[in-house]
Amino acid sequence: MIKNFIVLLFLFGLGMIFSALLLGYTPDSELNLTGRYYAEHTAQDLGAANIVTAIIVTYRGLDTLGEVTVLFLTAAIVGMLLSTGAGKGKSLQRKLSQSGELLTTGSHLLVPLILLLGAYVFINGHLTPGGGFQGGAIIASAILLILLTDPLYRFSHQLISIVESISGLIFLALGVLGIFFAGGFLDNRILPVGELGSLFSAGAIPIIYSLVGLKVGAEFSSMLVNFSETEDS
Amino acid sequence: MSTLMIAISLIFAIAMISAAFVAIYAKRIAIAILAAGLVSLLASVMFLFLAAPDVAMTEAAIGSGLTTFLFFFVLGRVRGEKND
Amino acid sequence: MVTIAMLTGFILILMGLYGALTNHNILRMIVSFSVANTGVNIVLVAVGYIHGRTAPILNEAVPAAEAAARIIDPVPQALVLTAIVIGLGITTLMLAYAYKLYEMKGSLDISKFSELKW
Repeated sequence: MIKNFIVLLFLFGLGMIFSALLLGYTPDSELNLTGRYYAEHTAQDLGAANIVTAIIVTYRGLDTLGEVTVLFLTAAIVGMLLSTGAGKGKSLQRKLSQSGELLTTGSHLLVPLILLLGAYVFINGHLTPGGGFQGGAIIASAILLILLTDPLYRFSHQLISIVESISGLIFLALGVLGIFFAGGFLDNRILPVGELGSLFSAGAIPIIYSLVGLKVGAEFSSMLVNFSETEDS
Repeated sequence: MSTLMIAISLIFAIAMISAAFVAIYAKRIAIAILAAGLVSLLASVMFLFLAAPDVAMTEAAIGSGLTTFLFFFVLGRVRGEKND
Repeated sequence: MVTIAMLTGFILILMGLYGALTNHNILRMIVSFSVANTGVNIVLVAVGYIHGRTAPILNEAVPAAEAAARIIDPVPQALVLTAIVIGLGITTLMLAYAYKLYEMKGSLDISKFSELKW
């Protein structure tokens, strides 16, 4: 078939480019200039032990703001696309058998623990691997567990949007405070940098990353809830 | 040590490529979705070998967890479609 | 190991693109796109790896003073972290549109959607 032939030709060309890239690639043996700057200056300037976190929250904080905005837009578009008429869903609800005792009790036991793990991951984002995005995803998976055990459970969209807007607003306010009290927008040194490796260190990084975690968790949850509520239409 | 690491990463690479093959050619969509989740999960182990624990966590939580479930939510809604 | 990872990533990208271009079911195309997405992420992380070094996290094993000689490049990792999260956003949007298309036509076969075909 002619279409498959064109596709294969295109992929062959792409494969040629990739193999040229792969054959011409020599691994670095030293850090490049940017990486070296981050490696040498993160500890004394920002006090964050996890350099990836320092890059995401402070050095490239504006990118993170944009990323969170993109996620917010995605959640909003998904909500708009999948919104069903009010009332339409209620009359058509499928008959579902009750989820079993074991499932309900097990999920009630697990959900707080998963939420706690998510909070731990984003509060310790500046010390250990992890941070706002991972913690937010873990929180959303707790919401997913509730949705799976009880498909007819209705989450309050109000609560999700309030959590999201408030954490987003505080995130922005902390960024603006950085202009007045520290080096610039989203600078973390509005709070004391502290000692490397302790929980209350790295200035505002733990606070900002916790807010990012809450916001991302709320956005992922709203996507999941919207998808699961399309069920009855 | 180094030889062992190379052997393990080879095994993971082969497993990932076979899982991707299943994801593209599987008869039923549900199996294709699960295989795509498996590719993400194996990729997160690969990130760990490449000394990127942050990325590994993100990929495991988002790429193989939430994405798979979003696919299944949609797959459940389009049940009338013949699953070819 | 960098070569193995990069090769795997490139193969995943090619397989994903092949699946996305040849399949007729929209859901299968989205699955293939997510496979290609994973491949891109693996290639990007592999570029930052330096042989014999460790993750960019400072602790007792990697003191701040000698960090520049002990850690791998943190910039690609931060980039890929962003890329994964945005990738989920893109996948979600594609799924939402796929669901809307299914509601409209009752089918997910791409050849049935011929309104904009020329």
